[in-house]
Amino acid sequence: MAAVARCLRPFASRALSQQLPLAGVRRVSPAAGFPRGSIRSFSQSPLSQLKKYTESHEWIDLAADGTAKIGVTEYAAQSLGDVVYVELPSADLEVAAGEPVGAVESVKSASDVLSPVSGTVLQGNAALEDKAKLINESPEGDAWIAEIKVNDPAELDALMDEAAYKESISGEDH
Amino acid sequence: MSAVQPLRRGLHLVASRSVATSGPLAANASVQLFARQQRTSSRLPAVGRSLAPRPWGAPALSQQGAVRHYASPSTPLRKTQLYDLHVAHGGKMVPFGGFSMPLQYSDLSHVESHMWTREKASVFDVSHMVQHQLSGPGAMDLLMKVTPSSLDKLKENTSTLSCLLEDGTGGIVDDCVITRRSGDTFYFVTNAGRRDEDLAFLEAEISAYKATHGPDSLKWEILEDRGLIALQGPQAASVLQAVAVDTDLSTLYFGNCREIHLTLPGGEQTAEPLLVSRTGYTGEDGFEISIPTAKDASLPQKVTELLLADPAKVRLAGLAARDSLRLEAGMCLYGSDISTSQTPPGASLGWVVGKDRRDPAAKPFNGAASIRPQLASPAKTLSQRRVGFTVEKGPPAREGAFLVDLNDESRTPIGVITSGLPSPSLGGTNIAMGYVKNGMHKKGTEVGVVVRNKVRKAVVTAMPWVESKFYRPKA
Repeated sequence: MAAVARCLRPFASRALSQQLPLAGVRRVSPAAGFPRGSIRSFSQSPLSQLKKYTESHEWIDLAADGTAKIGVTEYAAQSLGDVVYVELPSADLEVAAGEPVGAVESVKSASDVLSPVSGTVLQGNAALEDKAKLINESPEGDAWIAEIKVNDPAELDALMDEAAYKESISGEDH
Repeated sequence: MSAVQPLRRGLHLVASRSVATSGPLAANASVQLFARQQRTSSRLPAVGRSLAPRPWGAPALSQQGAVRHYASPSTPLRKTQLYDLHVAHGGKMVPFGGFSMPLQYSDLSHVESHMWTREKASVFDVSHMVQHQLSGPGAMDLLMKVTPSSLDKLKENTSTLSCLLEDGTGGIVDDCVITRRSGDTFYFVTNAGRRDEDLAFLEAEISAYKATHGPDSLKWEILEDRGLIALQGPQAASVLQAVAVDTDLSTLYFGNCREIHLTLPGGEQTAEPLLVSRTGYTGEDGFEISIPTAKDASLPQKVTELLLADPAKVRLAGLAARDSLRLEAGMCLYGSDISTSQTPPGASLGWVVGKDRRDPAAKPFNGAASIRPQLASPAKTLSQRRVGFTVEKGPPAREGAFLVDLNDESRTPIGVITSGLPSPSLGGTNIAMGYVKNGMHKKGTEVGVVVRNKVRKAVVTAMPWVESKFYRPKA
């Protein structure tokens, strides 16, 4: 099952990136140089197989070449409120799953951003250096926080798909 | 993405902070590690949910005492009389001091609500705080034993900030505002997060006093049935005056209180008078209004809705704005900035000790033997001072961050931040309050503050950052 998911991932990944309004920006990464082709036919692929979520409210979006963008979810961004500062990781930082790959600060609080999987940081999102508020505007788009080279794409299998994540936050009501 | 749903990750920050502050120096190197452990453990859903139900917003607001209380999931959260009103206004409810309290509301973000209070007026529900009345022939004696205030000099219907002090050590059990209502009747308000400790402390002191002076010497009531709201901001006085037609608020000065009837929308008067004190926790002009419910259980809602009648002037504000406002005003939060580990002078609150109570020959109060020498020669007796800091651009320095000497590569801690955030009124300038070792506390001294393992520059700064606008008589 996992193997199948892994095979599908590259295609589905591109399908997803075309569906999102910010696909162009995401494509700028040299690492994402996967040729565009007749991908449309794959647009029915379940998105859940390439974009995964953590209980600590990060998302990870894996590209065809084993690189992935990491950010915080809409839910997290909304809960944080006005984001005033984003701490970005330096290139070449090696992170294990569950280790901080950045931090997001609102007026009220600071939250670590944990890497959902292990890998090596390629870059932090420089756009956030001058405009931390982007996290509030486009948490799952322009405001990705880190791009990493994933050690083992199979690590994503343990994470939640979109449906499971949505289910997990629907219970968090106080 | 309901705003009512808080972010669970905050739980772990909270946990790490409460640990960090309970043992500042011991936690030095482990702050980040601990946060990570906490976060990691959150991956197990059961653990995540069983942690104290404190969402991200609560930490800096935490009265640490409270952490212990509601760390127990078995204790159900209490609701104030205004709970339904909060929910109806989109309040994001969080556990605080044993109550479910609004962090913020759906109409304004934290920063917007903060600025609204500075520019217009906001209503805060502070009914979770504990209102007391102590009366009887021994009331003054008792309060002058447990606090260092010159309550005998306090005029009727005036109030003072004070501290309940531990016998012997003089450690701060809680901070409070004490109002002299009449000769031997005092009204005072203590922190929700210290409820259990305060009540145990007062119970013991009052029992001991009664044992010596007789059961009729004191009458202590906890005014559980009263609501308490704060109306704060430059428009507070005009808004309140418009519905307080029988009184002239221009003669009610900061630190004074008065019983006032308000006129409700139907034209009728409130069933009972409200106790209106010109005071607050934001640095703005404003009032705290104690609302009885004996004759009309819905009076707290009615009064709150009355004050909210014009949404162009008055909005509800929650704990998030309350915390950033009070920090800009240089005010302490019990559990973060002060605790039983500090005496008033040790917390740079020496001014709460009455002038005539500093004399070694004067009648003692709890901890007088340690506190009096601290006031007489602070440089010799105090190892650290509570001061303000302005931190360089970049990440804010928050509660638990360590202070270091910029010239010391070993990063030996010389102090700790107890409250800190980017100041909304100062365009996001990072401000913080904390303790630094004696000698490094002078205004303008540069120190380092460690944020996620990087040393950031901070400068000792006079507090408050935002000038207080208390309404005082013109000199």
